[in-house]
Amino acid sequence: MQYFQGKSVYKGIVMGPVAVLKKNDYQVKRARIEDPEAEVKRVKEAVEVSKKQLGRLYDKAVREVGEASAAIFEVHQMMLEDEDYLESMENMIRIELVNAEYAAAATGDNFAEMFAAMDDEYMKARSADVKDISERLVRNLSGEGDNDLSSMEPSIIVADDLSPSETVQMDKEKILAFVTVHGSTNSHTAILARMMNIPALIGVPMDLNSLKTGMMAVVDGFSGQVIFEPEEDVQKETEKRMQEEAEKQKLLEELKGKENITPDGRKINIYANIGSVGDLGYVMENDAGGIGLFRSEFLYLGRNDFPTEEEQFQAYKQAVQTMAGKKVIIRTLDIGADKQVEYFNLGKEENPALGYRAIRICLKQPEIFKAQLRALFRAAVYGNLSVMYPMITSTEEVEKIYAIVAEVEEELKKQEVQYKIPEQGIMIETPAAVMISDRLAEMVDFFSIGTNDLTQYTLAIDRQNEQLDDFYNAHHEAVLRMIRMVVENAHKCGKWAGICGELGADLTLTEQFVRMGVDELSVAPSMILKLRKIVREMKAEE
Amino acid sequence: MKSFEYTIKDELGIHARPAGMLVKEAKKFASECTITKDGKTKKLTQLMMLMSLGVKQGDTVTVAANGEDEDAAIETLKAFFEANL
Repeated sequence: MQYFQGKSVYKGIVMGPVAVLKKNDYQVKRARIEDPEAEVKRVKEAVEVSKKQLGRLYDKAVREVGEASAAIFEVHQMMLEDEDYLESMENMIRIELVNAEYAAAATGDNFAEMFAAMDDEYMKARSADVKDISERLVRNLSGEGDNDLSSMEPSIIVADDLSPSETVQMDKEKILAFVTVHGSTNSHTAILARMMNIPALIGVPMDLNSLKTGMMAVVDGFSGQVIFEPEEDVQKETEKRMQEEAEKQKLLEELKGKENITPDGRKINIYANIGSVGDLGYVMENDAGGIGLFRSEFLYLGRNDFPTEEEQFQAYKQAVQTMAGKKVIIRTLDIGADKQVEYFNLGKEENPALGYRAIRICLKQPEIFKAQLRALFRAAVYGNLSVMYPMITSTEEVEKIYAIVAEVEEELKKQEVQYKIPEQGIMIETPAAVMISDRLAEMVDFFSIGTNDLTQYTLAIDRQNEQLDDFYNAHHEAVLRMIRMVVENAHKCGKWAGICGELGADLTLTEQFVRMGVDELSVAPSMILKLRKIVREMKAEE
Repeated sequence: MKSFEYTIKDELGIHARPAGMLVKEAKKFASECTITKDGKTKKLTQLMMLMSLGVKQGDTVTVAANGEDEDAAIETLKAFFEANL
């Protein structure tokens, strides 16, 4: 039995096998071999296994994200069939008498370098694909198996850290919990855990090399502990607690179909935050009144090229149709800062959080923005869609957005495409936007306060820096006063204001927000019924 | 041997996805199919070499087929370029 103390980012308790995800820094050793034909045969077998894995990934991706996004796995399969690539490995084995792993890694490096040296940004990025297939080959040769999660049993994911593009690829139904060595309370792993209603621990000082995939573990999100290979009494205790938790959840379920209203008659909208069309199931399951934040980044992450207008249109249309008349607020592209996408070629920045991100990219590269707006306006015909622009700091930015919106409308009209200009609002997530919220309120239809960024900018604390977690006071009076100010300024102009950051899901603040007059809280689907319970038991007037 | 010249219209040029599809098309024929850009010739069955040509929008390439089914190959490839690139 091994036991570690970490920091819990989402409560809950679970027991199951672990899946250890190691970073792809395989130290491939060069070895001299006696029988080159046996090594060549090993390569051929590993190629076949890899192609099968990619075929499964392709099928899964087609089902979940559509054919166009899945095509990359087909390209990977074809790269594995590339004559020159295969020949290079075989020659290396036969001439240099090296092991298959080394031949695969060295060939992969050579081809990756060839692409990296090209003076075309797109082709440069292809070197990542070559590395990817070569690493897959090496993994299969060394018996490490498939690193993708599509073929595994439901497991507790144990990793050093997880990037957004890694979590995008995971099959959410097979994740029981997250346990990571690094990461911070506001990291994407934490956000995902809240979405999925599963326990998650970060900052766990474990040694990944001492853990094996398939080992049993208990993750306790209440105490922040993880126990590997638990003894029998611990297992029994855990089972008992899992059952208790399931019963509590059942009580919450009874609130489904009921209104979010205080006994003295104050109503509030409780909506869901989601990150992809795949999350719509959680939204329905938890009886959300609408979608308050649909992060459109998922369409751009984990792929090699921009999504087409048609692809985006289909995703947005599916969301509004599934929600059947309920509000769906889609936030335009929020790439940059901690969400990096290779094909955007954003380059390294000293201060990415204060850098080229979100609406700034959209205003500087309007062709990216326009494709998204076209898709949104076309989808607006099919339901109750609203558009929300992130990272606003000035009224001029809103004016520039409207000018682009007008151009897009003009084009759609000319092309006689069916469209609708939906309700348009902005995120209030910079102190600048708070201070001029009286003027912004005159220009837009609604506000949604993004408390994560607002807190980080107000307190000058980097969300991604674990060392600062102790300084990060989510309940800082400065932030709470800002929220009050934004709500009051919105109401003065007859507009509504909501909260879509993590603070909206903070159960200790719910009563305060309702009393402030916040019109909407948008939270992870798993929090909706918990908030409803508080609202139904509190008094709005003191 | 049969051949044709083609100027690429697709914004991204012969990027990964069409390159993969092109290889698939070329493999259907017994003839040796090639592509030439700026004097560099690659076989259409060599995916990564084909990509390494870095064919961009506006580039003119020569596509050729040599073998018993070269007529059918050229016809298919021409249709492919026109529809996808």
